[in-house]
Amino acid sequence: MSVALADGLAIEAADLLKSFKEGKGKPAVAGISLGIPLGQLTALVGPDGAGKTTLLRMVAGLMKPDAGTLVVLGINVKRDPQAVQDRISYMPQRFGLYEDLSVQENLDLYADLHGVPANVRRDRFERMLTMTDMARFTHRPAGKLSGGMKQKLGLACTLVRAPDLLLLDEPTVGVDPLSRRELWRIVQQLVDEERLSVIVSTGYMDEAERCEHVIVMNDGKMLAQGTPEALREPADRCCFVAHPPSGVLARTLQARLIDDRVNIVDAVPVGGAVRFIRAAQADDADIAALLGNERSEAVPACLEDGVMTLLHAQSAAAASSIFATPSTSVATTPEDGERPVLIEVRDLVRRFGDFVAVASTSFKVQRGEIFGLLGPNGAGKTTTFRMLCGLLPATSGFLEVAGYNLRTARAEARGRVGYVSQKFALYGNLSAVENLTFFGGAYGLQGAGLRQRIEQVLDEFDLATHQHSPSGELPGGFKQRLAMAAALLHQPDILFLDEPTSGIDPLARRAFWRRITALSEAGTTVVITTHFMEEAEYCDRIVIQDAGRLLAIGTPDEVRAQVPDAADMNTAFIGIVEQARSQKPTTEKAVA
Amino acid sequence: MRVLSHFSATLRRIAFLFRKEVLAILKDPANRVILIVPVIVQSLVFGYGATYDLNHVPYAVLNESNGEASRELIARLDGSGVFVHAASLRNESDIARVIDEGHALLVLHFASDFDSRLSSSGSAPLQLILDGRNSTTVNMAAGHLSALIAQFNAIRANATRNVVLSQVGIETRAWFNPNLESRWNIIPALIAALSMIQTLLLASLSVAREREQGTFDQLLVTPLRPMEILIGKALPSIFIGLVQASLILAVSLWWFRIPFNGSALLLYAGLALFATSCVGIGLSISALSLNMQQAMVYAFVSIMPLMLLSGLVTPITNMPWALQIVTYANPLRFAIDLVRRVYLEGAGWQDVATAFWPMAIVALVTLPIATWLFRNRLA
Repeated sequence: MSVALADGLAIEAADLLKSFKEGKGKPAVAGISLGIPLGQLTALVGPDGAGKTTLLRMVAGLMKPDAGTLVVLGINVKRDPQAVQDRISYMPQRFGLYEDLSVQENLDLYADLHGVPANVRRDRFERMLTMTDMARFTHRPAGKLSGGMKQKLGLACTLVRAPDLLLLDEPTVGVDPLSRRELWRIVQQLVDEERLSVIVSTGYMDEAERCEHVIVMNDGKMLAQGTPEALREPADRCCFVAHPPSGVLARTLQARLIDDRVNIVDAVPVGGAVRFIRAAQADDADIAALLGNERSEAVPACLEDGVMTLLHAQSAAAASSIFATPSTSVATTPEDGERPVLIEVRDLVRRFGDFVAVASTSFKVQRGEIFGLLGPNGAGKTTTFRMLCGLLPATSGFLEVAGYNLRTARAEARGRVGYVSQKFALYGNLSAVENLTFFGGAYGLQGAGLRQRIEQVLDEFDLATHQHSPSGELPGGFKQRLAMAAALLHQPDILFLDEPTSGIDPLARRAFWRRITALSEAGTTVVITTHFMEEAEYCDRIVIQDAGRLLAIGTPDEVRAQVPDAADMNTAFIGIVEQARSQKPTTEKAVA
Repeated sequence: MRVLSHFSATLRRIAFLFRKEVLAILKDPANRVILIVPVIVQSLVFGYGATYDLNHVPYAVLNESNGEASRELIARLDGSGVFVHAASLRNESDIARVIDEGHALLVLHFASDFDSRLSSSGSAPLQLILDGRNSTTVNMAAGHLSALIAQFNAIRANATRNVVLSQVGIETRAWFNPNLESRWNIIPALIAALSMIQTLLLASLSVAREREQGTFDQLLVTPLRPMEILIGKALPSIFIGLVQASLILAVSLWWFRIPFNGSALLLYAGLALFATSCVGIGLSISALSLNMQQAMVYAFVSIMPLMLLSGLVTPITNMPWALQIVTYANPLRFAIDLVRRVYLEGAGWQDVATAFWPMAIVALVTLPIATWLFRNRLA
């Protein structure tokens, strides 16, 4: 079918409009006109709330546009959504797997739902299971699969019948680099072999870079579209890498650069150096003043640079306030000389039944360090993390945080620690101020002192605008800042952050890390888990875990050096994990 | 001094938690309605609906005799205020139909020789057919009917012999409920029973909701101790339980006008202890559950037996011996006993002391279990 239409368009939209609250607020999709050719891999990128999901849901016929026309595979979706749905497959962000059913039962169920005939079914299942490399796990309940495997199974269930158009909504959110690479291999294979048209929304620019066509969205509008090469253009000749002198951390230089919102579009630490984009209109003298004596060299632009430049032009004014706010959330001042060990873990083990979640892990964290726990889903990061915070008892081993085991320590010891969990864990029906008041009180603040701290964090985290609305209804980035504010209200010595940046867009992530580096400069110890490998570059030291085992520990430079020719942390991570797995072939890592 | 400052810090933390809990409950508009409207509606519905008082019993008559005596007896039935004449039947085959279809709960069958035998020999059999499917009501109706017939016999005896017999009359006085209205028995019991449902449910959901939404971990990493969490979570539920009990009390006092004879202080002391024991059960359920759905199921599974084994609808003394022992673990049994006695008979502290102990023991067992489970029940 798709071959017959090869010259046509998969999607044709004109002046598409969709808003959720009539009259109130901005529309989610505000007048989009575009044409997406058939047989191509198209990426949809843009910050949170840009309207990516809404657009996909309209294409899938799950939502009616308020105005405009939308033609999918030559069918008017508004008029005949069922006809479109018969020919497309849509995988939402949270695919509805039945966790108690096995892999095979899930496949059967979706094949039944889509009415796939029995004779087609066997070949299709076999192809899907081979492609996803899950033939070994057909009897395993879906709930017992790792995050990456669940996504693969979700994709397989979406593809039980062969569609003409595949829509994927952020299929790789919360998926580790190895599983991410595999998912993309599967999608690429489908495009190559079946001439399938695929539209995928993603927050990862390296993923968008693999696509033939990229659409950049922001605030419900289309900012730009084109090939990745074309979209790099705005950043052309503006990208540089600066090497900090020895003794200066890359993130210190990065902080200095990114604080200058006028001359610098973006700056990130990469491989011990700082990669930055200078604004096109920036003055050479200003840049030179910023860099000081550090030398810098020009590098070719990538898609992310182009997109960041586009977004920077859009939001320069709005973003300026969240950067470079001096932190008021630090109790101690940094000290010189040997820094005391604040967290010590020796031979830590945690088992659930006969499953080893964390196997004999040891490390130390010094005061003022940013310490990163990296690993794929199910590697043992969160388990380690929960043991450190005293939320889970260790099966065996020694564990001390600020001189205590938080699980058995007196309440006061917990008062020195701040904790931000992976999911938004404040009270959704209370306002920001009510949440802050409660947590401040729980940490022993009161009266004028409490009120003053609340004022300070509202200001510091830019929360004042929504301070009285129920916090559960706020946008994601706002919730994340509120969670940080609540954890820092009592000026803790140690801050624990569990995957704080998953699901937030690149701009918000820059601002988040700027806050973390500011906290660390002022002496707060930060322990953080993440599966964004490039974020390891902000850390003083990192640990890489896989299947409960500690595979590498050290500064980002040291860890990168373990893998020859690893230019960035992503490559180093994949290298280290693959090497470890090949040494222990009996381990069924994929299910950990 | 140190102890004192520790203590005041504890109190402050509890106060913050209490405030948060109350805010979280009351901020939800659905909650505000759920906590007030259902108890009032339920107490009105049960007040009118759940009654053993007999009136409007439909009956049918097959009168093949149709003499003076039979007609007089039927007239007495109609005048009793209890029975309603539903049908007059023609022949015996109709009896089965009216009973089967529920048109009448009982059928009076006067045989064709009823009046003649009565006047000739002074006695005659009367057939009474009852619908046994509704045994409680029918038994009471049959009792009523016997009394009416006895009365009828007595008057006939007087009339025919024309002598005044010295009669032994029994004058019944029902204490605490002079008209023996079952409403007086049920509504005070509802003060305990209805408020229990929501106290238990609210407590069951409190920790489970936080576990499900992930906020419980955030709570556990704060300096709040498990004991402080317990108190901060228990107090709002107890408080809401007492408010609900007061609403039902108000309905009882001012709508149904059932007079209150006891000490309000004693009543509230008993209700507070009762609410504490319910919250203990609720929080234990909550701490054991991993999500709200589990908590709901556990709560409902507990509420049914608590209700049935409480003496609310069936007397405990009628239950088998083993079940009677089980009811000692049921705080509702003692709360109902306490409320009825304080409310209707004006019992004093010493009279109801025996009801306090079992509730206190339930609270003292369940509350520490909940506290322990907060930290040690792992997801």
